[in-house]
Amino acid sequence: MWRAIRALVQKEFLQVFRDPATAVQVFVIPVIQLLILSNAATFDVPRAGLLVVDEDRSTVSAQVIDRLDGSGRFRVVGVTPTEAGVEQAFLDREARAVLRIPHDFARDLERTGTASVSFSVDAEDGAAAGILQTAAMAIIGDAARAVQLSRGGAAAVTVRASPPVEVRGTLWFNPTRNYKHFMVPGLLVSLTSIIGLLITSQSIVREKELGTIEQLNVTPLTRTQFLAGKLLPFWILAMVIFSIGMTVGVFVFDIPTRGSVPLVFASAAIYLVVVLGIGLFISTIARTQQQVMFVAFFLLLLFLLLSGIFTPLESAPQWAQWIAAANPVKYFVFIMRTVLVRGGGLAEVGSTMAGLAVAGVAVMTLAVRQYHKRSE
Amino acid sequence: MNAPPDKAPPASPHTASAPLADSAPLAIDARGLTRRFGDFTAVNAITFDVRQGEVFGFLGANGAGKTTAMRMLIGLLEPTEGSAIVAGVDVVHDADAVRRRIGYMSQRFSLYDDLTVQENIRLFGAIYGLSDARIAERSEVLLARIGLLESRKELVRRLPLGWRQQLAFSVALLHEPQVLFLDEPTGGVDPITRRVFWELIYETAAAGTTVLVTTHYLDEAEYCDRLTIMVDGSIAVAGSPGEVKRALGVTTLDEAFLHLTRPAAAT
Repeated sequence: MWRAIRALVQKEFLQVFRDPATAVQVFVIPVIQLLILSNAATFDVPRAGLLVVDEDRSTVSAQVIDRLDGSGRFRVVGVTPTEAGVEQAFLDREARAVLRIPHDFARDLERTGTASVSFSVDAEDGAAAGILQTAAMAIIGDAARAVQLSRGGAAAVTVRASPPVEVRGTLWFNPTRNYKHFMVPGLLVSLTSIIGLLITSQSIVREKELGTIEQLNVTPLTRTQFLAGKLLPFWILAMVIFSIGMTVGVFVFDIPTRGSVPLVFASAAIYLVVVLGIGLFISTIARTQQQVMFVAFFLLLLFLLLSGIFTPLESAPQWAQWIAAANPVKYFVFIMRTVLVRGGGLAEVGSTMAGLAVAGVAVMTLAVRQYHKRSE
Repeated sequence: MNAPPDKAPPASPHTASAPLADSAPLAIDARGLTRRFGDFTAVNAITFDVRQGEVFGFLGANGAGKTTAMRMLIGLLEPTEGSAIVAGVDVVHDADAVRRRIGYMSQRFSLYDDLTVQENIRLFGAIYGLSDARIAERSEVLLARIGLLESRKELVRRLPLGWRQQLAFSVALLHEPQVLFLDEPTGGVDPITRRVFWELIYETAAAGTTVLVTTHYLDEAEYCDRLTIMVDGSIAVAGSPGEVKRALGVTTLDEAFLHLTRPAAAT
């Protein structure tokens, strides 16, 4: 029983390490991706192009414009006296925001201590729009106060925003480092899942295409032995990849390890059985590597987008949450964040781990039952 | 079970004109074996038997159903109807027990070409449950016979086709099966290698292993103890090469084959 499985595991390792492309795919690419994505996949908003319609043309309005340009948030792409050309600037994406400073801005501010401007943001990316709006309000307010202070008064500027956008203060006020703490564990889960699912989903179907599976099917090898021989080597590989990723995460990105690291690894061990089991299940059904790629990508997209890694699941519609309830990635991300970032323990994640274990057994059982040595 | 081939006497000149006794026990007993794919009947109720130690030829044009029939006998394909006893076991009900007793060499090369000769042998040896010592012993004998002992550390991919085929043949014999199934073993190899192959087949049969072989080459069919010619999924004729020729009133198997597959052309 074990002898045959050991021989199969050995065979898979020989094949993986003999092919330099596979070895690179398995060990180098994930690390590079983690390094790149952790820095690139960020919600930080770049300097946005700002078009100013300055109807006031006063020294005060000029000061406001200067402040905005110097804030690091905005890059003033033009100052025009009229509204003409504003729409085109939005359409051309030349400007992401437009500030209209009306006539009498300086006068109102001096006389009454309040003035209003209007600020429009391209809200295609809602979160970014909110950040820009908040930033503009703060900067303009500061500018107005500075003007007033120099004249010994108090000032307030009302910024009317159109269209109204949701403001997410949390993103804006979160220092970048915290953002990585949140993202890196998620990215690590994504990368491990992608590689695990792709490599297992290819493995059986490739043998079908090459015809080598036939030689195995005429041996007395049992279905369980065969699938164990497929699961084990890739499980070991995936655990190694996960360990490398954790090391990079902790030492390069300084992700916190507030809870128990062994608990994280134990969860990974269980979680990977589920993911690899799904890969093997697809591979037993498919006839060609192409078919398997389609299904694997479809599943990965669904799993990753509904995992809570990139967007909060709580804001997803109910039906999406129901789908997400069957998403193993979601549960593992939850465990990772709970243990690493919040310092949770077995009490917090134990039941989730048990759920994953049940899913792992179920999916492997399905794969074994689905695999037929003899075609019908 | 049966005697290991390496302990058997050297291959004797074993010719088709000396068929085995009718009383020899059966290695294969197929009854009404049928396989349909949708409306298409690939194999239509074939009934035949193969005696132990025989070299039995499976002839037929492409698509006549030879490979489909063989795949049912080795437990790769579920028969739609009928039964087959292979090496004393019912293949429909206990395919794994049959698999332990048979060896199979596929038409399409199906060892791992990114593993070495030795690694392939170790893998299949372990799957068949042979001990390390036994694997070493068997690979020594089998590789020496085909002159591959020096190349045991070569990647299979690097071997010429003829050698790859002989390796596949040897791996099929690793666990000393009672019945050996060869699906067009000489497809695409040069005439010299074809000769070598038939010598290997005779040696194997002489050592007591039953061999069922499909082929396109009618000259090869002359070497078989008995043969069947399949036409459109059915057995058109069966017997020793001499019997087949007599039954059809022809002098060569070539003519017999043409007579059956293209009746108009034969007259």
